Amino acid sequence: MSHSVQAAPPRPAPSDSSNRVTLGLSNRLLARPEVGALVAAILIFVFFMAAAPAFRSAESFFTVLYQSSTIGIVAVGVGMLMIGGEFDLSAGVITTSAGLVNSMFCWYFGVNLWVGALLSLAFCLFVGFVNGYLVMKTGIPSFLITLGTFFVLQGANLGVTKLVTGSVSSTDISRIDGFGSLNKIFASSFKIGSVTVWITVLWWVLFVALAAWILQRTRIGNWFFAVGGAPDSARAVGVPVVRTKIGLFMTVSFLGWFIGMHTLYRFNTLQAGNGVGNEFLYIIAAVVGGTLLTGGFGNAIGVAIGAFIFGMTSLGIVYAGWDPNWFKAFLGIMLLLAVLVNLYIKRMSTARKVG
Amino acid sequence: MTTSRSRGVRLVALAAVVALGVTACSGGGKEKTDDTSSGGGNAAGSSGYTVAFITHETPGDTFWDKIKAGAQQAAKDTGVTLKYSNDPDASKQAVLIQNAVDSKVSGIATTLVTPNALAGSVKAATDAKIPVVGLNSGIDQYKQLGALMYFGSDETLAGQTAGQRIAQAGGKHPLCVIQQAGSVALEARCAGVKSAVAGTENIQVNGSDDASVTSTLQAKLSQDKSIDYIVTLGAPQAIDAIKAIGAAGSKAKLITFDLNQEAAQDIQDGKIEFSIDQQPYVQGYMAVTSLYLYLKNGNDIGGGKAVLTGPSFVDKSNIDKILPFTKNNTR
Repeated sequence: MSHSVQAAPPRPAPSDSSNRVTLGLSNRLLARPEVGALVAAILIFVFFMAAAPAFRSAESFFTVLYQSSTIGIVAVGVGMLMIGGEFDLSAGVITTSAGLVNSMFCWYFGVNLWVGALLSLAFCLFVGFVNGYLVMKTGIPSFLITLGTFFVLQGANLGVTKLVTGSVSSTDISRIDGFGSLNKIFASSFKIGSVTVWITVLWWVLFVALAAWILQRTRIGNWFFAVGGAPDSARAVGVPVVRTKIGLFMTVSFLGWFIGMHTLYRFNTLQAGNGVGNEFLYIIAAVVGGTLLTGGFGNAIGVAIGAFIFGMTSLGIVYAGWDPNWFKAFLGIMLLLAVLVNLYIKRMSTARKVG
Repeated sequence: MTTSRSRGVRLVALAAVVALGVTACSGGGKEKTDDTSSGGGNAAGSSGYTVAFITHETPGDTFWDKIKAGAQQAAKDTGVTLKYSNDPDASKQAVLIQNAVDSKVSGIATTLVTPNALAGSVKAATDAKIPVVGLNSGIDQYKQLGALMYFGSDETLAGQTAGQRIAQAGGKHPLCVIQQAGSVALEARCAGVKSAVAGTENIQVNGSDDASVTSTLQAKLSQDKSIDYIVTLGAPQAIDAIKAIGAAGSKAKLITFDLNQEAAQDIQDGKIEFSIDQQPYVQGYMAVTSLYLYLKNGNDIGGGKAVLTGPSFVDKSNIDKILPFTKNNTR
């Protein structure tokens, strides 16, 4: 992010040094957050192409894209929030809350599913607002506030579901009015030749494009970097820090709602305990994609590539047919490699700039 | 902030307007006719006993819900006061047992999934002359730990029986889906299947994310086309497997351990061949009832051996009878 003037650690190359024009260009390219992740993604892709015969087909590629999109949609929001300097640990469990609110409200009262979907959206935005409001008003780190929200939602998911349905999973909603149209929006798929394309992949691309545009080209995008990199200076120059951060929290919960809708309309029922643990996958995707844990640096394409690396690695191991007991170990090594490649690329770019 | 708040208000208002528009009754929702499916059995006054019921339940699993439902019904039927607690972490479960001993309950029913970690607490209970019964897991160890009786399924036997049925139907390469890493009971089931069908292969999935389970299974099915059976170890994963089989265009048949309402419906619809049910409701019910009988009447159930609640097979031949029970959350 060359234009995030207040915060970006890599100093922009001085444009007036005319004898270094070509180097300056490559430096600027290498210093972009997503380049390291892209190199890592290509390396992992080539690796699995070589190691796993079943990986080498368009069908497999789109299954990987689907897996990546279910992580990537929320991860884009989480990435932006992290650029803004905050965490959201409730992002994983809110996907389940979103689906449960929709499903149980409509089942219990026998109303059209669209009502529940909108109600659930309002609920999720409210949770995002509360997260942001508490963080801003109390000054307690978002890590703690959203950890609280995480536990509240996790408990409420189970408790309310048990009260309403008498079990810990929601009931099948596929025969309630509105299922068809909502299913089309959130969980349909179509075929191109022999390849199945899930609609979440398209939504993912759309959300990433939108986020990239906001971050790169709009004033609001600049605010995100400003509040993450140097909130006090940002406030001093007139950036509405409180509103920006609350907006970011609400963006995350909106995207959580979106994935919640996908899961509900693809699987018809939900296990009330699900979604726990996914919040870390979102954060991992953002970090692998070059987002700084301390805020103020990162971009949307990078986060998307991070999610893709996760999807590719988790399924690549299956395509390769390796011993499943080692799954997590492989995953960890792959992710470590991705982060290391990322770091190396970034070092190289800064080293050349200095030398 | 003011704008965010008014935006929120506007959204709620919008939702309300839409709600008014479509509140006309919609099919497929909650059945409003009978709400009194409490399963019979009246509280016959208190018998004065308190039973601590301790499990390693991970919150949110439909399976444990049924064990709990059985225990609650038994407590109601026998007039016992039930104290349910759970923790998936072995050392914390041991503390829960110790808590029960300290609070001087009349009897303890507990799962023995990690026998070594629980041995100390169970001994504290028997030393304090509190009767202990085991349920669900720990079939090989319950006696040496000092538990009086045991109600549960033999996981290895259940896996073997499932494997034999697969072998009889001509299956050569089943895929056994483990949804939770490092669980002895789940590994035992897959080992049982493997002992009957040598070509059995295991796969690890993330059981708390349906989308991930589905795409992982889909990936596996396209990686290895020779997979002819999928064995899921929990009913929710069976539903994911159905989606994966469809998406991968595979011809693999599906069998599952345990039941829920959805899976029962899929058995009736022929999407799942059969389920190996360990009847969790019975485990919960019998554990409490046996303690009641022991305290009240000195009874001993099982003739010194574990009482098996499974494997019980649910397939097309008996699903019509069982399906209504799954709706009551008792099977």
